Amino acid sequence: MKLMLTCKQASQIISQSLDKPLSWSDRLKLKFHLIICAACNRFNQQLHWLNTAVKRLIQATENDDTIQLSLEAKARMTKAIAARKH
Amino acid sequence: MTKNVNDWLTEHGDYLYRFALARLRDPHQAEDAVQETMLAAIKSNSFEGASSARTWLTGILKHKVIDLQRKQIREQPISDLVDLESSDTSMDDFFDASGHWLEKPQTLEMPENALQQKQFLSILNSCLDKLPSKLAAIFMMRDVHETENDNICKELNISTTNAWVMLYRARMGLRKCLEIQWLAR
Repeated sequence: MKLMLTCKQASQIISQSLDKPLSWSDRLKLKFHLIICAACNRFNQQLHWLNTAVKRLIQATENDDTIQLSLEAKARMTKAIAARKH
Repeated sequence: MTKNVNDWLTEHGDYLYRFALARLRDPHQAEDAVQETMLAAIKSNSFEGASSARTWLTGILKHKVIDLQRKQIREQPISDLVDLESSDTSMDDFFDASGHWLEKPQTLEMPENALQQKQFLSILNSCLDKLPSKLAAIFMMRDVHETENDNICKELNISTTNAWVMLYRARMGLRKCLEIQWLAR
């Protein structure tokens, strides 16, 4: 088993770590790499931070009262609702 | 029931639209999702008033949104997406031949004050728009709905490897775009 990861490999494993539990060997190799590599540590932080940021964007959109259904869309929906009822 | 549904459209329609728009990022698809939710609400008898109507409708809408996201990703053969060798975008140019960062990642932080936060979110929004739409869709599906990776693969009928590659590319593209747009502003 090669213990040393390149930054490219490390970045792929970091991304995967957000999606699934890592294998024992990947976890070990990543741990090793992160001890010596400041750039990949920052990348790791970036990805976690990115999740938070996108969630905030979604919240901000949900709470933005200026975003509304257009009158046309509402009229269309009212019509579709009436049609479905009969 | 029709009366109820019309009231719901008046009271909750705009919120439901924003909920869908935030995730689908396409006004027409978001409208479709709201309309389908209303029509599903007519058919369903499961609303008992125990939860608020908004919560109940949002629950229906969530499923419609996921259906549409699935379509967004499927619109184009997956194989076109994950061809890592295709260099239609500079997204893969992050490392040199020996696997070192060409440009080291920088520290990204959430701005503290409200105005800056607003600017930041609008930059994030534009970065999401710049991603190939399928990558944005799978990123939103995974990172926003917290969908299990296995579920995504089953739903999209793709291999886990393909899903990881797409998520990786989406994240790489987004973080780079934010570095460029936000840090260098």
